[in-house]
Amino acid sequence: MAKGGSPPDGELVQLLTPDGERIESVTGSDGTVYRADFTDDEYRGLYRDLVIVRKLDAEATALQRQGELGIWASLLGQEAAQVGSGRALRPQDMAFPTYREHGVLYCRGIDPIMPLGLFRGVDQGGWDPNEFKFNMYTIVIGAQTLHATGYAMGVTMDGKTGTEDGEAVIAYFGDGATSQGDVNEAFIWAGVFNAPMVFFCQNNQYAISEPLERQTRIPLYRRAAGFGFPGIRVDGNDVLASYAVTRAALDHARLGQGPTMIEAYTYRMGAHTTSDDPTRYRIASEVEAWQAKDPILRVRAFLEKQQIADAAFFTEVDEQAKREAVHLRERVLEMPDPSPSTIFDNVYPHGSPLVDQQRAGFSDYQASFEGSAH
Amino acid sequence: MAEKLTLGKALNTGLRRALERDPKVVIMGEDVGKLGGVFRITDGLQKDFGDDRVIDTPLAESGIIGTAVGLAIRGYRPVCEIQFDGFVYPAYDQIVSQVAKMHYRSQGKVRLPIVIRIPFGGGIGAVEHHSESPEAYFAHTAGLKVVACSNPEDAYFMIQQAVASDDPIVFLEPKRRYWEKGDVDLDLDPASAHPLHASRTVRPGTDVTVLAYGPMVRTALDAATAAQEDGRSLEVIDLRTLSPLDLGPAYESVRRTGRCVVVHEAPSNVGLGAELAARITEECFYSLEAPVLRVTGFDTPYPAARVEEEYLPDLDRVLDAVDRSFGW
Repeated sequence: MAKGGSPPDGELVQLLTPDGERIESVTGSDGTVYRADFTDDEYRGLYRDLVIVRKLDAEATALQRQGELGIWASLLGQEAAQVGSGRALRPQDMAFPTYREHGVLYCRGIDPIMPLGLFRGVDQGGWDPNEFKFNMYTIVIGAQTLHATGYAMGVTMDGKTGTEDGEAVIAYFGDGATSQGDVNEAFIWAGVFNAPMVFFCQNNQYAISEPLERQTRIPLYRRAAGFGFPGIRVDGNDVLASYAVTRAALDHARLGQGPTMIEAYTYRMGAHTTSDDPTRYRIASEVEAWQAKDPILRVRAFLEKQQIADAAFFTEVDEQAKREAVHLRERVLEMPDPSPSTIFDNVYPHGSPLVDQQRAGFSDYQASFEGSAH
Repeated sequence: MAEKLTLGKALNTGLRRALERDPKVVIMGEDVGKLGGVFRITDGLQKDFGDDRVIDTPLAESGIIGTAVGLAIRGYRPVCEIQFDGFVYPAYDQIVSQVAKMHYRSQGKVRLPIVIRIPFGGGIGAVEHHSESPEAYFAHTAGLKVVACSNPEDAYFMIQQAVASDDPIVFLEPKRRYWEKGDVDLDLDPASAHPLHASRTVRPGTDVTVLAYGPMVRTALDAATAAQEDGRSLEVIDLRTLSPLDLGPAYESVRRTGRCVVVHEAPSNVGLGAELAARITEECFYSLEAPVLRVTGFDTPYPAARVEEEYLPDLDRVLDAVDRSFGW
C-alpha cells in the first residue's frame, strides 16, 4: 500500500492507482481526509457492481444495434464514477441524473429495465422520483441541476439537515453542461441558500464531439470557488476515491454545511450515443491511453494482489452479469408498444376539454377504419 | 361582505389566503420579499410568513422556475413571480420543457403545482420589455394552463384557485389594471366562486359578440357602452382561461349575434385571435354574417411609450371593427 499525501493543486484525489495499488489516504486542500475503509466483502461488492453495470450497458448497446432500442447513451468508461458516487449515497439521499446515469440507478437498487422504455421509445421514461429517490432522466442539458437545487432547498425548509441522518441531494451533469446557464444558476442558488447539494460533474472530456477546451479555460472543479463553495477533483476511474469524495461531500451537505462540486475526471470510452461516430473527432491513441486507466481492471488487480478474491469469484461475477444481461434483454423484447390512445394520457393532472375532444376525435377516426381492408 | 379593492390588492389578499390555507405554498421571485414586488403584489407577505415562504431569489428567471420544479417534486406549491412579461424568456426552457411536460413524461406520477405569475400587457408608459403579451407562447404549449384575470374579484378568486390546482398554470395579470377598483366578496369560498377554467359573459348584448381577456376586457366594456349610444348592442365575454379555452358561451353568443370581434393586445399573427377565429368559424359557420374580425396590437415589436396608445387596441378600434363587421 502506498503512503498517503495531498494531491498538488489541480491533481486528482486517487485512492487506487491504475495498477491496482491502494493509497492509504489523501488529504484535500481543506484538510478533509479521504480514505477507503472497506471490508473485503465491500471491495468485492464494488467490483461486482462495476462488472454488472458495464455488462448491462454493453447489452443495451447491442439491443440498439439490433434495432430493439432507438438509441442508447453508453456509460462505458464511467463505471467507477457512477458506482463510487452511487454507493456513497445514503438511503435518504436524492439523486438527479442526466440520461447516462445507469450505474447510479443500479446502485440505488433500481431495476435496470426502468429507463429502457425511454430508449426503446415505448414511454418517456416516467417513474416517481420520490419512490426511488432518483429523479427521472433529464435530457435537456443541465436543467436537472436546478431541479436538484430546488429540491435541496425544500430539504432545508423541511428541517432535514444538520444531523448525521439528514438528507443530501446529488445532481449529475457533464463537462458540456457546465457551460449552461442553468448549471451556473444552480451553483448560485445552492451557494446563496446553503443548499445540501453535491454537484457531481463527470468530466468525460467530450460534449458529443466538442473537447473540454471548448467549454472552459480553467479546470472545472475550480469554478466552485467563484460560487463560494468547495470544488474537488477526483479520479473518476477510481471507484474508491469516487466513493470517498462523494460520501464526504454528501455528509458535509447533510450536516447543513452547504454544497460541494466534485469533478470526476474520467473518459467516455464509447460514443456520445449510438447515433454518434467518435472516430470523426478523436484519435485512437487517446482512447488507448485511457484504456490503460480502466476503472474495472484496477479493482481486479487490487483484489488479486491482496488476495481478496480468487478466480472462482471473478467467474461467478461474470456469470451473474451475463444472467442479468440476458434477463434484461428478454424483458426489453417483451416491452409492448403503447396503445396510440395513450398519447392523450396525463397531459394535465386535472385534464383538459381540448385534449378530451381530440382523444374522442382520434378514437372515432380510428374506428372509421374498422372492417376496412386498409 | 364585499369590499372595494384594487386588482393589485385583491391579488395580494388572495395570495395571503393561499399562504394561510396551505403551509406548502411558497412565493418566490425577484424583490417579492421586503419590497413586496415592484408592483407591491406581495406587499407585507414576507413580514407575516417569513423568508422561507416568501423568498427573494437571485436575479435569474430560469433559476426561479427550475428550483420551483425541484421544490414541487419535494411537495411544495411554488408561486413564482416573473417581474415583467419581457423577462420570462430566460425561463422559457424550464417552463416549456420541464414544467409543462413532467406530468406527461412521468405518466402522471409527478405533479408540479406551480403558478407562474406574469404581469403582462402595456399601457403604463414603460421602457421596452415591460409591456409585452406573451400568452400565445404558453397557450401553444401542451401541459400548461394559461389564465388571465381582468378585474379585482376575479383576481382574488382566480389566484387562489390557481394555487389550489395541481396543474401548472401561467397566471397573467393585466398590469395596467392593477390600480382599478372593484367589489370583492372576501367571505366567499374560492371553490364556490366562478370556476377558474370558465369564460364569463360580462355584458349581455344582441348584435355583436366581443371576446376579450385581461386588460382588454375593460376596453371592450367601454366600447360596448359607447356602442349603446349608436344603438348597437355588444355582448362582451371575458375569456378568463386562455388554455384550455372555454368557448361554449362564445359559440352560443355568436349563434345569436352572427358577428364576432376578438380583442387582444398581442400581435395578430398566429396569436390567440387566430385560434378563436378558426374555432368560431368551425362551430358557428352557418350563423356568421361576417368573418370573425381581430383587433390586436400590430405585428411589430412593442413600440416606444409615447406611441403605445396608437399600438394598443382602444375603444375606437373596437368600434371600428364592429362597423366593419356590419359593413360586410
